[in-house]
Amino acid sequence: MTEAILDPLPWLIVLPLAWASLAFLLGEGRGGRLAIAGLAAQLALALLLAVQIMAQGARVHTVGGWGAPLGIDLLADGLAAAMLLLTQAVALPLAVYARAYFSAVHQTHFWPLAGFLLAALNALFLSADLFNLYVTLELLSLAAVGLVALGGKTAQAAAALRYLLVSLTASGAYLMGVALIYGVYGSVSLATLAPLVGGDPPLAVWLAAGLMLVGLLAKTALLPFHFWLPPAHGGAAAPVSALLSALVVKASFYMVLRLSLGVFSPLAEMAAWSLGLLGAAAILWGSWRALRAIRIKMLVAWSTVAQLGYLFLIFPLLTADGPALQAGVMQAVAHGLAKAAMFAAAGVLMLSTGRDNLEGLAGVANRAPVTLFAFSLAGITLMGLPPSGGFLAKWLLIEAALAQGHWPWVVVIISGGLLAAAYVFKVLCQAFLLAPRSAHFNRVPRAMEWTAFLLAAASALLGLRGVELLELLAVG
Amino acid sequence: MTPGLIYALTGVALFALGLAGVILLAQALRRILAFNLMGSGAFLVLVGLAQRDGGVDPAPHAMVLTGIVVAVASTALALALARRLAAGGHGDD
Repeated sequence: MTEAILDPLPWLIVLPLAWASLAFLLGEGRGGRLAIAGLAAQLALALLLAVQIMAQGARVHTVGGWGAPLGIDLLADGLAAAMLLLTQAVALPLAVYARAYFSAVHQTHFWPLAGFLLAALNALFLSADLFNLYVTLELLSLAAVGLVALGGKTAQAAAALRYLLVSLTASGAYLMGVALIYGVYGSVSLATLAPLVGGDPPLAVWLAAGLMLVGLLAKTALLPFHFWLPPAHGGAAAPVSALLSALVVKASFYMVLRLSLGVFSPLAEMAAWSLGLLGAAAILWGSWRALRAIRIKMLVAWSTVAQLGYLFLIFPLLTADGPALQAGVMQAVAHGLAKAAMFAAAGVLMLSTGRDNLEGLAGVANRAPVTLFAFSLAGITLMGLPPSGGFLAKWLLIEAALAQGHWPWVVVIISGGLLAAAYVFKVLCQAFLLAPRSAHFNRVPRAMEWTAFLLAAASALLGLRGVELLELLAVG
Repeated sequence: MTPGLIYALTGVALFALGLAGVILLAQALRRILAFNLMGSGAFLVLVGLAQRDGGVDPAPHAMVLTGIVVAVASTALALALARRLAAGGHGDD
């Protein structure tokens, strides 16, 4: 009994729910300190869980002692632990950042919504059945849409509504898939289903797999479903954009990855090349649009579209324990840290100059050098230069592609890196111009500059500690 | 054709209608209604297919109840956003 209570698994879901509800009760704009304390505890729990899993292997927790099918099982393996670690590691610095940011910008319900978002994310990564995945995915979207609409401006409400409708349609498709799967096999448990789905399943299962895949791709904003992402991520408040781009889109990618490695592995080969080609197109189109952007946050949002493309390049190369899986998760983690840093830095630059377009950045290099350094460090990860996590991810990916003789992938990966260099340098060039005499710069809280820097440094140095992360992943 | 299968096929038809509505319609309110139709279709398939063997299977009932709660919450959020949008972004909280 005491063992079940001390298990970090359920606490990773209960803690954010608790501080989110408390923050809501405290009232508008309050609860920041509570959130930071809660997140510090969550980070410690995620680390503890990762250490336990490294030592003892994957494990299942039955919530409240009620087992499946009527109760809910939680499953923690290496992949889940890695994603949990990423989530808490990104969320804690962002909470410190957000507390400073929202002392300058009015907000109403950031803390409760952020808490519900994190609870949904943690629950999603620990889910062991298709239906629980659906519920957590919906909770995640509802919290994310609420965060996008937070500022209350018309453009934000429009972006939020568009995001919500795409999201609801996508999860509707996923739910239909779950219904069909249950109709055929009478179970939604991932462990039960895995041996049942063979290489030649009934038509309903093909249909279900297709509906679920399309729904999840729409949620991950893979080209051609990327249209909702730039307005939603580019228009939200900076801490919100950071949370959404770094973590929320990774959740549905995690589901695609888990399902194509597990339950749908006999069918996954059919879609693998389409996913890879869409990913390649996303890299080129997203980078090109980022290069053409005139507003700084739109540039960063389009860069997210491009970087998500890398995640899907792995599917044609995927084997259960090969370098492709490692490359995908390394890319998810490196991009999570780097994009959180980049949106955080963009928020500082926008508060400092009071403008949101690239032109307004002239002269900012003298006023916010730490932030600009953070932006460049995050850029190093996106370009894939050593010793960053992005470099390690792209290296593993190139290795996997060459091992199977797919050299065009190498061309795509390298062109994506060059385009990323071009759009990062576009920002830097503008920032190093002399400020016009009329320019006026606002003071920005130090905590914001340094948290952006911390996140960027973590992403740039991730390559040095990559081995531990890859070892964790290997725990099945 | 068993009653369960009839429910399931009706569910598929409702789902397809709803999906077409969400994609093709322009007004926010109609799209929200169409999304609800999609959801109802999926629930009907879930309950209908599970009745195939004659006995009552409680698991899909629990799932549909959960799904209805999620759908109501999503609809409320979508309606609140649509109202905010109609008010030009200066609506009350």
